[in-house]
Amino acid sequence: MADLHFLANPARFRRFSQRVLPGLGFATVLMLCACLYMAFFVAPADYQQGQTVRIMFLHVPSAWLSMMGYALLAGLGASLLVWRHPLAALMARAAAPVGASFAAVCLLTGSLWGRPMWGTYWVWDARLTSMLLLFFLYLGHIALSRAYDEPERGDRAAAILALIGVINLPIIKFSVDWWNTLHQPASVTRLDAPAIHNSILVPLLWMAVSLLFLFVFLVLLRTETEIDRRRLENAAAQEEGAPA
Amino acid sequence: MTPKRRRLWLLIGSLGTLAVAAALVLSALNDNLVFFYSPTQVAEKSPGPDRRFRLGGLVEAGSVQKEGQVVRFVVTDTHKTMAVVYRGMLPDLFREGQGVIAEGALGGDGVFVAREVLAKHDENYMPPEVAKALKEAGRWKEGK
Repeated sequence: MADLHFLANPARFRRFSQRVLPGLGFATVLMLCACLYMAFFVAPADYQQGQTVRIMFLHVPSAWLSMMGYALLAGLGASLLVWRHPLAALMARAAAPVGASFAAVCLLTGSLWGRPMWGTYWVWDARLTSMLLLFFLYLGHIALSRAYDEPERGDRAAAILALIGVINLPIIKFSVDWWNTLHQPASVTRLDAPAIHNSILVPLLWMAVSLLFLFVFLVLLRTETEIDRRRLENAAAQEEGAPA
Repeated sequence: MTPKRRRLWLLIGSLGTLAVAAALVLSALNDNLVFFYSPTQVAEKSPGPDRRFRLGGLVEAGSVQKEGQVVRFVVTDTHKTMAVVYRGMLPDLFREGQGVIAEGALGGDGVFVAREVLAKHDENYMPPEVAKALKEAGRWKEGK
């Protein structure tokens, strides 16, 4: 933890991100191309779902990343409220729309899978409803952080929302175990062996890794932009505040 | 105690309280959070006719009868069974031995009249050759 503390300083973070971003972006594009090819052309069809199983390669990693992104927002919220880290608020502003996009992809692809497989686009079972709530929590975070004239007040309100909403994460994860739902139980993250054959599981995990790269790349890039924006705003305010 | 410490404990305390509150609310609402009832649960609750609910379970092997648009089948949870009648389109995954969820109400004769039938997919994913090999080796759905 102490080793990462140097990143809490926005100027140092900016130098760090400028060093890693080009390589990370290149790696992300390469990995995504390779993994999408694997998911759509190499991986076999499922014995029951046929080609529809390929929706999972986007759906499942999006669900994981949207939950990871929200855990990140909560961690940043805690570090803003408790330790007042100057970078936490900027990174939370950068990460929220990225996490919201992954949640939206998860909901949309799930809905498109549900129509042919279940026979419906949407049901109000515990898993689907708690996932929709996660999407709304993201939207609430985005709106709240931009709702005040002083950005610091918005940051703090949004941090509190992020921490309250973190209760939803275990509910999403365990909803399929605690209550009976239309959504199937966990196939990968369970105590015994995964219930997915290796020929489908391996592309799924690679897809998850490359989308994780995409997530990190987008959050770092957007954080950099937020740092620049905050600097420009401060410079403009100083110019206004110090007339001749 | 430094202000940082105080804020940290305040945060931990409020999150703990929130978690307990959420757990209490969810366990109180447990009955409304389940998406469907199994035939055993239906037999215990014995809902009257016209009370709409969702019935979930496996389609019993050999029980599906189609007469034109009308489908009759039996839903089982391996303890109790319940006869279902349904008029309309069935989802692609509907087949004997497959999990289904039917929404509707009990008719006067004790048969569940479904207005909508959804197929429930299980958590197993594999290519067709593997499924075939497992079936041939007699290891299909072992341990369940």
